[in-house]
Amino acid sequence: MSVRDDAPRAQGRSPGRLDRAALAGVLVREIINFSSYWRSTTFSSTVEPTIYLLAFGFGFGSLVSEVAGYDYVDFVGTGTVATAVLFSSVFPAMFGTFVKYKFQRTYDAILAAPVDAEELVTGEALWLALRASVYGCAPLLVAMVFGLDPSWGMLAVPAINFVAGFGWACTGITIAGFLKGIENFNYVTSAVITPLFLVAGTFFPLSGLPQWVQVLAQLNPLYHVVQLVRHAVFGFEGWVDLYHLGFLVLFGLAMWRLAIFAMQRKLVD
Amino acid sequence: MRSCPVVPADHLAIRLRGVEKRYGPITAVAGLDLDVPRGECVGLLGPNGAGKSTTMRILTAQTIADAGEVAVLGHRLPEDSKAARAAMGVVPQLDNLDTTLTVEQNLVVFSHLYRVPRAERRAAIDRVLAIANLAERRTAKVDELSGGMRRRLLIGRALIHRPPLVLLDEPTVGLDPQVRQELWALIDRLRNEGTSILMSTHYIEEAERLCDSVTIVSHGSAVACGPPHELVLEHAGRDAVEVYGTPERLIEVEAQAAAAGLATRRTGTSIAVLGLAEANGDAPDGERRPANLEDVFVLLTGEEIA
Repeated sequence: MSVRDDAPRAQGRSPGRLDRAALAGVLVREIINFSSYWRSTTFSSTVEPTIYLLAFGFGFGSLVSEVAGYDYVDFVGTGTVATAVLFSSVFPAMFGTFVKYKFQRTYDAILAAPVDAEELVTGEALWLALRASVYGCAPLLVAMVFGLDPSWGMLAVPAINFVAGFGWACTGITIAGFLKGIENFNYVTSAVITPLFLVAGTFFPLSGLPQWVQVLAQLNPLYHVVQLVRHAVFGFEGWVDLYHLGFLVLFGLAMWRLAIFAMQRKLVD
Repeated sequence: MRSCPVVPADHLAIRLRGVEKRYGPITAVAGLDLDVPRGECVGLLGPNGAGKSTTMRILTAQTIADAGEVAVLGHRLPEDSKAARAAMGVVPQLDNLDTTLTVEQNLVVFSHLYRVPRAERRAAIDRVLAIANLAERRTAKVDELSGGMRRRLLIGRALIHRPPLVLLDEPTVGLDPQVRQELWALIDRLRNEGTSILMSTHYIEEAERLCDSVTIVSHGSAVACGPPHELVLEHAGRDAVEVYGTPERLIEVEAQAAAAGLATRRTGTSIAVLGLAEANGDAPDGERRPANLEDVFVLLTGEEIA
C-alpha cells in the first residue's frame, strides 16, 4: 500500500520533531484567540507593574532619592520590567495550560492533530515569551514619562524579556503539568513566585540583605533579569552581563525540557 | 467468537491486533482485535467502561498501548502516529471548540493545525461550512450556537483536510432526536463519499443505521463482529417474543425458555425470548417482533451493569 495516497497533498515528507507547521498551528491558535481577549490582558499586564512603579517610585521615592547610585524612580522603573515579564508569562502559563488541558480540552484536540506534546509546549511558550517581551516594555515607557532618559541599550530590553519570558512561561507550564488541581496553584504562588519576585533587587538593592540571601538570590532568575535590564538601560558591564544572560538561557532551556516532560506525562498515557 | 471476514491488511484503514492497555490493576483494553476496511463505516459498540474511549485514544497515540499492534492507514503506531494523525479527522466526544472564537476562526485554526496549504485554506473552510450547513453562521461566536450546530461544527472541523479516515467518538451523545437525524445524514454522506469511519457509540440504533459492520466490545476485547443484520441472525435469531408480566411471571418465563434451550434477555419491562427462527411451538405468548442488534448487544455484553 502506498502511504502517500493517504497523506494530505501538502505533505511532501513525513513530519519530524519540532516541525514548523506544527509550531505555526499552535501559534496561530493563540494569536487568533488573543484577538478576543487582548484588551483585558493588555490592561492587567501593563497597569499592574505601572501601579508598582508609581507606588514604590513615589512612596519610597519621597524617602530616598537615590539607591545604589541610581535615581530611585529609574531604579524601580528598570526593575519592574522584570516584574512585568514575570507576571505576563508565568501566570498565564499556569492558568492557561490548566484551563486548556482540563476545562476546555483544547490540548486533546491539538494532540489529535499532527502536533506532538513537545511542539505544543514549545509553541505555547514561544507565544507567551513574545507577549511578555512586549508587555515588559510598559514600565520602561512609564518611567520615561517620569524622567528616565532614553538610551540605545533599551533596544535590547525586548530581547532580554523574550529570553526571560520563555523561561518563566515554561516554568508556569511545568507547574500546571505537575500539580493536580488548580487550587494548588496558591501554594506555588505564595511559596515560590512571591519570594522570587520580592528578592530580586527590583524595589531595593540586595546589598542590604544578609549574605546568605544574597547568595541564594544568585539562583533567582528574576534577579538576573533585573540586573540585565538595568545594565541595558544604564550601560552594559561586559562579562557580568554575559553571566546574567547565560544564566537566563540555561534557565530557559532547563525549564523548557522540564515543561515538555511534565506535559508529555500529563497528556499522553 | 466468530471471526470477521478476513480482509488483507493493505485494504484496512485501521488494524488492531491483540492490543492491551492497563492502568494499574485495571485492564481497560484486553487483547482487542479491530478492523476497519477502507471505505467502510465500522461501529465500535460496547457498554460504558468497555474500553471504547481508550481505544479511540490509542488510535491518535494519546494513549500508548502496552502490547499489540496498531496500524492506521498503513502507519505503525505509536512510531508513525504523526503521519497517521495528519491523515485522519477526529471528532471528540466532548466538545473542545474555542468558544470565544467565531465558527470561521475555529476552522482557520484547524486548517493550520492540519497543514492545509495556504492557497487552499479559503476553499477548505467554505467547503466545511457547506458540509456542516453553517455558512450563514460563519461569523457567529461558538458560544451563540445551539448544541446541534456545535456538533456539526465539531464534525466539520475534522474534515478540513479531507481525511480518508474519520474517528467519531459517541457523535450524538446527549442530543435530541432531530439533531441526531441531522448528524446521521451528515455521517451517511461521508460514508457514501468513501471515507473510512470508525464510530464508537452505545446507541444501538445509530450503529444499525450507519454501520457496514460493528465490533462489539466487552471488558476490553471484541466479543463479536460483522454486519449488523448478520450478527442479529447469528446471535438472536430472526424473531423475538417479548413477554410482559409480574416479576414472578418473568422469572418463570426465563426458566421455561432456558429449559427449551432459548436465549432470553431482560429489557427492563419485559423478557425477550430470542432465537425464534420460525413459528416455534415453544414460544411463549407475547408480542412477536424481529430480533434486533440491541438483543445481541445485551446478550453478549451482559445484563448487569458493570
